[in-house]
Amino acid sequence: MAKRLSGLQKEVIHLYRGCIRVAHTKPRPNQPHFVSYIREEFGKYKGLPKKDFTAIEHLLRVGHKRKDLYSQPELKDIH
Amino acid sequence: MNGLVKQRVAGGILRRGLATASQTPRLKTFKIYRWNPDKPAEKPRLQSFQVDLDDCGPMVLDALLKIKDQQDSSLTLRRSCREGICGSCAMNIGGRNTLACLCKIDQDHKKETKIYPLPHMYIIKDLVPDLTNFYQQYKSIQPYLQRSTFPADGKEVLQSVADRKKLDGLYECILCACCSTACPSYWWNQEQYLGPAVLMQAYRWLVDSRDQAGAIRKNMLQNSMSLYRCHTIMNCTRTCPKGLNPGLAIAEIKKAIATD
Repeated sequence: MAKRLSGLQKEVIHLYRGCIRVAHTKPRPNQPHFVSYIREEFGKYKGLPKKDFTAIEHLLRVGHKRKDLYSQPELKDIH
Repeated sequence: MNGLVKQRVAGGILRRGLATASQTPRLKTFKIYRWNPDKPAEKPRLQSFQVDLDDCGPMVLDALLKIKDQQDSSLTLRRSCREGICGSCAMNIGGRNTLACLCKIDQDHKKETKIYPLPHMYIIKDLVPDLTNFYQQYKSIQPYLQRSTFPADGKEVLQSVADRKKLDGLYECILCACCSTACPSYWWNQEQYLGPAVLMQAYRWLVDSRDQAGAIRKNMLQNSMSLYRCHTIMNCTRTCPKGLNPGLAIAEIKKAIATD
């Protein structure tokens, strides 16, 4: 059986899935740019201890804000 | 009499010191809240800075800018007008929410002054709080004139002197968020309760004789959270750096809705 995830871990995964979904709303040829950007941003904090709640919560807030910004349809590509 | 005056002047000079006199600098310690979002794993901390009071302006903002200029350029704060009209430099100084540009430095240099960002707000960096939610709430009360009919001559909507008087003490609010972030009720229910600053603006548009959307505005506040989380704690009125009375404005809204 897979290990049960904590609420915070679920939230992070939820945000990640949400971001990937946003990436798939972008024009086809640019989608890989978005996906690699998302993976890079999430990868930056891979080493964060899972007990560091305040830091993770802060990063979640930043992430949500950035997701809202990037999900605007006017935004078509990213480098 | 003359002697007394002379004595006073001499005493004043002794206390203040002459401009030419060399003396030990009056170093005052400021403890400032620091937190860097680039290193989220690091915990927030208080950093001490020493400022010579003889070589610094009278306000806390002057000291902060001096520190930023000369000691640590990474210190982050919002500021703009430096005269209490923009509301950018709202922060918690010595345990009180106020504007750094209107708050005099305590001249007792042996005491240290602690400076924190506005309490119970998410921090963007150092002394900069995230006010997105606050502005969103302000937007939600539709802070603009709403009318269905306009004067036939196409000119401005007129108002009597008495009606204009009702807006005094309301329109001066600069939305610095000092009062909202001083309110315990707002601390616990930031998402739903509008907070004193926004409610005072709601009242400002309710009493405006030129506005015709009063019924809609009142209806928007008819729920247990947006307005009625105010328990007349009155921290808002006590802390307002502009000397306004949001508590009274909220009470007036409650009265207007109750007698409707």
